[in-house]
Amino acid sequence: MSATPQFNEADRAGAHPRRDLIVRYDAGERTNHWLGAIAFVLAALSGLALFHPALFFLSNLLGGGPWTRILHPYLGLAMCLLFVFLGSRVARDNRMQPRDWQWLRQYRDVIENREDRLPEVGRYNAGQKLVFYSVVACLTLLLLTGLIIWRVYTADYFSVGVIRLGSVLHAIAALVLICTIIVHVYAAIWVKGSVRAMTRGTVTPGWAWKHHRAWFREIMSHAKNPRSRPD
Amino acid sequence: MALQSLDIVRRSATTTRSPQIRQAPAGGGVAKLIDTTKCIGCKACQVACMEWNDLRDEIGTNIGQYQNPHDLSASSWTLMRFAEVENPKGDLEWLIRKDGCMHCADPGCLKACPSPGAIVQYANGIVDFHEENCIGCGYCVTGCPFDIPRISKKDHKAYKCTLCSDRVAVGLEPACIKSCPTGALVFGTKEDMQQHAAERVEDLKSRGFEHAGLYDPAGVHGTHVMYVLHHADQPQLYSGLPQDPHISPTVRLWKGFAKPLGVALMAFAALAGFFHYIRVGPDETDEHDEAAADAASQRPEKP
Repeated sequence: MSATPQFNEADRAGAHPRRDLIVRYDAGERTNHWLGAIAFVLAALSGLALFHPALFFLSNLLGGGPWTRILHPYLGLAMCLLFVFLGSRVARDNRMQPRDWQWLRQYRDVIENREDRLPEVGRYNAGQKLVFYSVVACLTLLLLTGLIIWRVYTADYFSVGVIRLGSVLHAIAALVLICTIIVHVYAAIWVKGSVRAMTRGTVTPGWAWKHHRAWFREIMSHAKNPRSRPD
Repeated sequence: MALQSLDIVRRSATTTRSPQIRQAPAGGGVAKLIDTTKCIGCKACQVACMEWNDLRDEIGTNIGQYQNPHDLSASSWTLMRFAEVENPKGDLEWLIRKDGCMHCADPGCLKACPSPGAIVQYANGIVDFHEENCIGCGYCVTGCPFDIPRISKKDHKAYKCTLCSDRVAVGLEPACIKSCPTGALVFGTKEDMQQHAAERVEDLKSRGFEHAGLYDPAGVHGTHVMYVLHHADQPQLYSGLPQDPHISPTVRLWKGFAKPLGVALMAFAALAGFFHYIRVGPDETDEHDEAAADAASQRPEKP
């Protein structure tokens, strides 16, 4: 262990992580996440342009109002499709467990950085799980209502009453999703070492021990006994 | 684009006031009065509209009724709607209504439009689309209580009756008015048209149409296209003219207080995160955590 080199060329290339680092996301998951993130940012900014006049200037990002109207639905579809892949990979680890409710009840300890008082956390904590469910719900609603209000192709099949309802629900779902992603992004900035997990794929053992101890134990027992890993 | 900007009183997706230096025009602006009791369904107005605005719709198919084309379109901004209604006496009434934009004082299209300046309302009451600013989203269709705007399949721009804003700007009456052979279409100030309508209603009542009246719905704060109806108590008889048109509460929520509230909520979420970082600081992993992790991963190796 002490012989681990300070700089490892293979680690830089991302192919073979340093031996004492723990792989949290492989290259496929990272690519999937960031493609989805790019689609989300573009869809959100183009959608906000059409939501409030003060944000209409954002339509310039995609080349003006008509281009914003043309591209926004495709960006939304891309986001949904990319999340189907990513979501199905992480769904298993996002099932709520009894200890998660205890974690949520102690939200004050969470936001005050008193992590030592919290119950042990698996691969995802209860906050991350709520983010997951919020994203699933919002994307489902956005997809359905988006199809209802897509004037070029599908809006003709719906009555004006349904389109009105679809429009307001689309806006509300988008609002909830954007707030959810703000929380998601902030949590990644707040909990140091998280961004690394999604950019380089690895976390340090100390990070896993501190933030996801049950997951850490699981990995260690897997390392000792490969057959014991639940999945 | 016919009138200069000082005559625009409201502009879509604009949160500050338009120039207000001029006083409101005398007589409550302009209005078109459509007297359905005088209309013979000759469609001269449809032809005049096509001609002045240089529009040619696709040739459709005859389905055995006079209404032609079947519906408004991006190229047909006005349309005679023919309704065959059986009255309580068992007689047939042929109720013909010239359909088109009503030029609402409280326009749902303008409220819903997300593109600054794509829909404007002039001081004289005309609601006009500026297609060069139109992005083709169709929100105006969603916002309209009368089902008027149409998005062209060719260019994905919204179109509707302009009340000949270009003609009115230079003191001419709209093309449809010019063409009407029976005087069913009249144009003037809104007050004059209301007065003229009152005379017509009085005349109709004396002829036995006891429910005759003027259609100038208050739900949209009145309109700059008004109807004289024989059965003002049942406007829906006239090919579904709405009884109480108003901007839908759903549209009011969506394009009303949801907008500032939504933006405030997102700004709050971002600021809450920023100030959490400033006050509580980051959640860092230090050497103690690494040591603890090392110890935990080493321990099982010891027999």
